[in-house]
Amino acid sequence: MELINPGTGLVFWMLVSFGILLLLLGKFAWKPILRALKEREDTINEALENAERTREEMARIRADQDEIIRHTKVERETILREAREIKTQIMMEAREKAGEEAEKLMKEARLTIENQKNRVLQDIEEQITRLSVEIAEKVLRQNLDNKEKQKELIRSLIKDVKMN
Amino acid sequence: MIKRKVVPWIGFLTVLLLWSTEGFAISENENHELPAEEEFQPGEFIMEHIGDAYEWHILTYKDFHLSIPLPVILYSKYSGFHVFMSARFGHGHNTWKGFRISQEEPHRGKIVEGLGNGTVVKPLDLSITKNVLAVFVSVIVLLWLFIAVAKKYERTRGKAPTGFQNMIETVILFIRDDVARPSIGERHYERFMPYLLTLFFFILANNLMGLIPVFPFGANVTGNIAVTGILAFFTLMVTTLSGNRHYWKDIFNAPGVPWWLKVPIPMMPVIELFGMLTKPLVLMVRLFANITAGHIIAMGFFSLIFIFGSMDPALGWAVSPLTVVFTIFMGILEILVAFIQAYVFTLLSALYFGMATAEQHGT
Repeated sequence: MELINPGTGLVFWMLVSFGILLLLLGKFAWKPILRALKEREDTINEALENAERTREEMARIRADQDEIIRHTKVERETILREAREIKTQIMMEAREKAGEEAEKLMKEARLTIENQKNRVLQDIEEQITRLSVEIAEKVLRQNLDNKEKQKELIRSLIKDVKMN
Repeated sequence: MIKRKVVPWIGFLTVLLLWSTEGFAISENENHELPAEEEFQPGEFIMEHIGDAYEWHILTYKDFHLSIPLPVILYSKYSGFHVFMSARFGHGHNTWKGFRISQEEPHRGKIVEGLGNGTVVKPLDLSITKNVLAVFVSVIVLLWLFIAVAKKYERTRGKAPTGFQNMIETVILFIRDDVARPSIGERHYERFMPYLLTLFFFILANNLMGLIPVFPFGANVTGNIAVTGILAFFTLMVTTLSGNRHYWKDIFNAPGVPWWLKVPIPMMPVIELFGMLTKPLVLMVRLFANITAGHIIAMGFFSLIFIFGSMDPALGWAVSPLTVVFTIFMGILEILVAFIQAYVFTLLSALYFGMATAEQHGT
């Protein structure tokens, strides 16, 4: 029966030692150890979360980049197309304008020529009138003595007129 | 570095040697009335090894006893306080100031005081026995180990654990994540962690130290009913003190039970109250029985050598390799049991704390 009969001394000392062990270990061992473990776990969790967040951020930035690049390409296409259109338009307009200009110039030239021609005709008329008067004067001055000579005179006069 | 570590050990050993010389001196002058050819008694041999004692017996060779005497502290109603070394008893054969170690029931193996008129009384005995010393040793070892580990945590803050710290951390995390958290729940488990860890490591350390057969280890501490009783008592106290409203309601006014089981004869409350007390009692007996049984079996295998040896020395030699193999096998099994029992005690304690702090029934 000795085996299941607890000794008073052992009960007492066990109570005291285990109590002290509980207090001392609780204060000087478990508290710092558990705190350190918790801290480290928190740090690791935070680092993992940060990594995840950074990865997401990176993915978003890359997506943004792709979007921007695509957008830029489209824009470039549009700009080029527009440029081409503008070019053709400008060319057509230029051509049209040049045609109009040429026509106007032609018209003006024609007008000028007409005017010139009219003025020349007027001049000629005046000359003819004046020459006719002169010729008449000369003829009258020669006194018309000789028929033959008169004819020759008139012929030369006309020749002169023609020359003018 | 090495010197600094060695010095306290040398001091410790010197003290032990000085202490034990008293034992030597007395041993040599002893005159026992031993029978010429002492019969080997396996029962006594085993009981001596698993029981408590007033001296720490190391070896006996013929008439020479090497044992370390331990202080005896007594309080007697008749003669007051007494403090002396157990060497005064001369290994249990002498009487000192009327005190002696009883050889018969009901106080077999305990110190009794013989009064003049022939009556025998048992004084209040607070002696530092073998098991008490072993408890002290384990307390010192545990404090030294875990305070060193805690310091290392503070020194290498935020870094990965290394070496012994790493090994301990695995166990601490096991207790936290696989014992405390699932049993007690996320809300309350932190409160019980220091107790659970101390409990686990105290039981484990004493289980393992009980398997090392060299002084100052080898005492059957966790196979002693007083030690397991105190551990169970602590668990009972923690459970009772942290019990919430639901816990007490389940005991005194269990829901879903017909009223006539509670009034006028409070049958259910009495049963529940008994249940509350049997839980720690079962803890106490389980640890005690497992460790003691393991020691008994290991010692039994070991005794086979001497049982056969007493028949014929040659037979003893022939059997010894086999028994050594058996003993080693038992030793390995005991290491396993040491972990399992420490785990079971801690797990069940955690479950009881979980019951005491559960917010609702069934959670």
